[in-house]
Amino acid sequence: MPRTKQISALDRITDNAQQVYKTIIAERSPTMSTPIRSLSNVKYRPQKGYFEMLGKSKKRTLTVNTVKAFAQTLKMMALSKQLIEEDNMATKREAYYISKNWGKAGFSEQPESDTVMDDIEAMFGVNREQLKFVPEEKGGSVAGNLFVIDKDNSGRKLKIDCTKFGSGAYSIPVEVENLKFQSKAKFILAIETAGAFQRLVKCDYWNKANCILISMGGVPTRACRRFIRRLSDSLKIPVYAFVDGDPYGYFNIYRTLKVGSGNAAHLNEYFCVPGASFLGVTPQDIKDYDLPTHPLKEVDIKRAKDALKNDPFVKHHKEWQLAINQMLKMGQRVEQQAFAKHGLDFVVDQYLPDKLKNPSKFLP
Amino acid sequence: MAGRKKTDETQMNFDFDGNSVPASKGVKKITKASKKAVHGKEIKMTMKAAEVSVKKKRSRKSVAATAESMAAKQRDISVSEFFAKNRHLLGFDNPRKALLTAVKEAVDNSLDACEEAHILPDLMIVIKPVADTDNKFILTVRDNGPGIVAKQVPNIFARLLYGSKFHTLKMSRGQQGIGISAAGMYGLLTTGEPVQIITRINAKSPARHYHVQIDTVKNRPEVISDEECEFELPTGTSVSITLEGKYLKGKRSVDEYISQTAMANPHTTITYHAPGGEVHEYARQSEDLPFMPVEIKPHPYGVELGVLFKMARESQSKTVGKFLRNEFSRVSQPLSAKIIKKAKLTASSEPVKITLKETERLHEAINSTKIMPPPTDCIGPIGEEKMIEGLSRVVEADFYASCTRKPSVYRGNPFVVEAALAFGCKSDSKDKKEDEKESLMRLVRFANRVPLLYQQSGCATHKAALEVNWRGYGLSQSRGALPSGSMMLMLHIASVWVPFTSESKEAVAHYPEIIKELKLAIQECGRKLGMHVRKQKRIKDELIKRSYIEIYLPHIGQALKEILVLKEPQVDKVVNNLTTILEKTRSMP
Repeated sequence: MPRTKQISALDRITDNAQQVYKTIIAERSPTMSTPIRSLSNVKYRPQKGYFEMLGKSKKRTLTVNTVKAFAQTLKMMALSKQLIEEDNMATKREAYYISKNWGKAGFSEQPESDTVMDDIEAMFGVNREQLKFVPEEKGGSVAGNLFVIDKDNSGRKLKIDCTKFGSGAYSIPVEVENLKFQSKAKFILAIETAGAFQRLVKCDYWNKANCILISMGGVPTRACRRFIRRLSDSLKIPVYAFVDGDPYGYFNIYRTLKVGSGNAAHLNEYFCVPGASFLGVTPQDIKDYDLPTHPLKEVDIKRAKDALKNDPFVKHHKEWQLAINQMLKMGQRVEQQAFAKHGLDFVVDQYLPDKLKNPSKFLP
Repeated sequence: MAGRKKTDETQMNFDFDGNSVPASKGVKKITKASKKAVHGKEIKMTMKAAEVSVKKKRSRKSVAATAESMAAKQRDISVSEFFAKNRHLLGFDNPRKALLTAVKEAVDNSLDACEEAHILPDLMIVIKPVADTDNKFILTVRDNGPGIVAKQVPNIFARLLYGSKFHTLKMSRGQQGIGISAAGMYGLLTTGEPVQIITRINAKSPARHYHVQIDTVKNRPEVISDEECEFELPTGTSVSITLEGKYLKGKRSVDEYISQTAMANPHTTITYHAPGGEVHEYARQSEDLPFMPVEIKPHPYGVELGVLFKMARESQSKTVGKFLRNEFSRVSQPLSAKIIKKAKLTASSEPVKITLKETERLHEAINSTKIMPPPTDCIGPIGEEKMIEGLSRVVEADFYASCTRKPSVYRGNPFVVEAALAFGCKSDSKDKKEDEKESLMRLVRFANRVPLLYQQSGCATHKAALEVNWRGYGLSQSRGALPSGSMMLMLHIASVWVPFTSESKEAVAHYPEIIKELKLAIQECGRKLGMHVRKQKRIKDELIKRSYIEIYLPHIGQALKEILVLKEPQVDKVVNNLTTILEKTRSMP
């Protein structure tokens, strides 16, 4: 992530604290302003290809009601400053445990500390890695025709061959900014489930189709999104998404991969893959390939309707609206691994080659 | 105790179908044979089973009854005999309740008599167990009332349905003239002892001591002895009844009844000697005699068609206009003319000749004409202040509220409803406190200042209290239950005629007008309570929030110190400034 353009996180922290301090000394109530972190505060910019944050923010003035949150935010900022100065880092869980030293200002559950962390991140417009807080989440797995150029602990160059992991895979690290890539692959296939990923690896698909396979393991983490983005930018090859045919796969996974999320909208610019397109599984595939399905759950229907109403990405793309309405009408969802009905190799021999004959017909 | 049963006399004779033929085999028709006013004052009602037809249906062996054979068994039942068999109707269903009912009837009579004579009541209630038994008691109630004239003593104490109150529309505790004689009758039935009365009507004349008992077959009193005796008061009456009973403490006990009576009658001094030997004294709180109710005529609203027809037929007025003006309150000359015009009657027509059709029109006309509410000087509410005084006499609480409604009307009878609430009642012991946290609100009911202890769930007051949404006042309430909390709700209905559900006067009937008024009164108290509860909650919340200042401000100072590398005095200034800023924005309510 390019940092040079930005004032360092350390400066942001001290500037903000200085302002608070001055206000208090002037005997006024200090305020902190945090951008609203939800889909209601983003706009889809098709030419830029991602969700851009709008100016809406919530202003928190120090009162008796907000004094706890205020104290916790400042304590978290102090912790971040300490970590930056010591050139150390803390996982989100560790930060939560550190707060246990703060007496009554400590957090009782980790989601509380995560929220404060996300607020500070959005307030300063920085990545939480810059604040020296790192997630425990796994980045994702890679297999295929790719060399990743990394460094070992002593700073020596390492050339990692992603074809040489056998039945295993290369694991995307938390920090991907300094990686370099070499590849002759034709495209990147981003896969939702580890199960489908394993099937493709087992069938030697990356070799047959000359591609790079990436397992996202559910909603792609920031590191995974950034990795795919950097990969596609530097290799100049397309990214195709292959996820479950349900609203979660479409909007929580694919949409987040492509245009980013509402929650960390200030970072979408870097953590999105605008060039990605949707291979499947589409509602139409259910009919075309006679796939076994499950009825839509109540949450699926709610999520689909909510997307139609509130998701700026869906509202921009007619194709997606048609697809969702088709799914709602059918009342069915389908999983990636449903192709096994027609034989274990069906997905590799039949479905993917069929689809890849016509990438221009993929959903946007 | 005199003064209330003067000259009116009511005797009711019922002809009952007394045979034992299964009801399913015969269709009985009873028609009212006659209803006459004799001497204008004594009403004799006779109901006869005039026509009895029996469907003849052969049963296997027994011979079917004929109209003649049945008629042979049909005979008079005296009211006293009827009630002797059905004593639960009067509140003597079990020994415990019997003792309470006897106390209640005697106390009601004493208080009514004192108040009517404008004497501040001074009651002495003594309950003594009869030696060598555990289920017999001698109940003595002594008052400082005007006394009873010699001639009336037997009738009052040993004859059912004899009294002064039945025929008047006036607020009083007693209504039918059943109570005290029924208590005496119960005593006689269970112990064989007659009722003893000592009464004195004049300081100059000696007191008299009577032994009387009821002849249940004839409903006539029998005087066993009558002699002169000593009496410690210049005027007054003392009644002693020996009866079978059971003395228990707790809810619906005699103790509870007397304590509630004290609550609703702050002008009364009560000395109570319980069977265990304890003495409870309730000193007079108010030297003002309660409001003296006056007798009124019925109000035209709510008089039912049949009653109106009967009243017109029995009226002595020459014209319908005069009938309306004489028999009802609030009907003026122009108003009566207006009603008659609406009903398309002629003003000069005689009321005794009115037809049912015409009465129907008259009834409609009355109800569609605007008539002033009935005079309210006939009812004396306890009053908002006195209710709170009374409540605080019995329970100590954090908060009291009360409401006296304006008089309203049901079936032409004016009534007033009052409610008072004590919230956050303190209890004596600690264990009790734990219990009460879970317990429901206590409902204390009064009708014409008389506590009602039984049949709470069948009472209009209970229905009204349930129908109020207590959650709106910050209390928790389960569905179909009273709200929970350590609180007491006192409800009082004062009326010239309180509509009880039964003769034992335990519960008030569900008249929509009464329930509506009750709810309004409760809601008024509830609103005040809601304000109190919310304020308490605000104060509590405020204290919690204030504690935030102490807890979290040091952390803000600490965090700023860490980030900006401040010195201790600067940190102190931050914390001090913030404390001032935050405290300025909060002011304790």
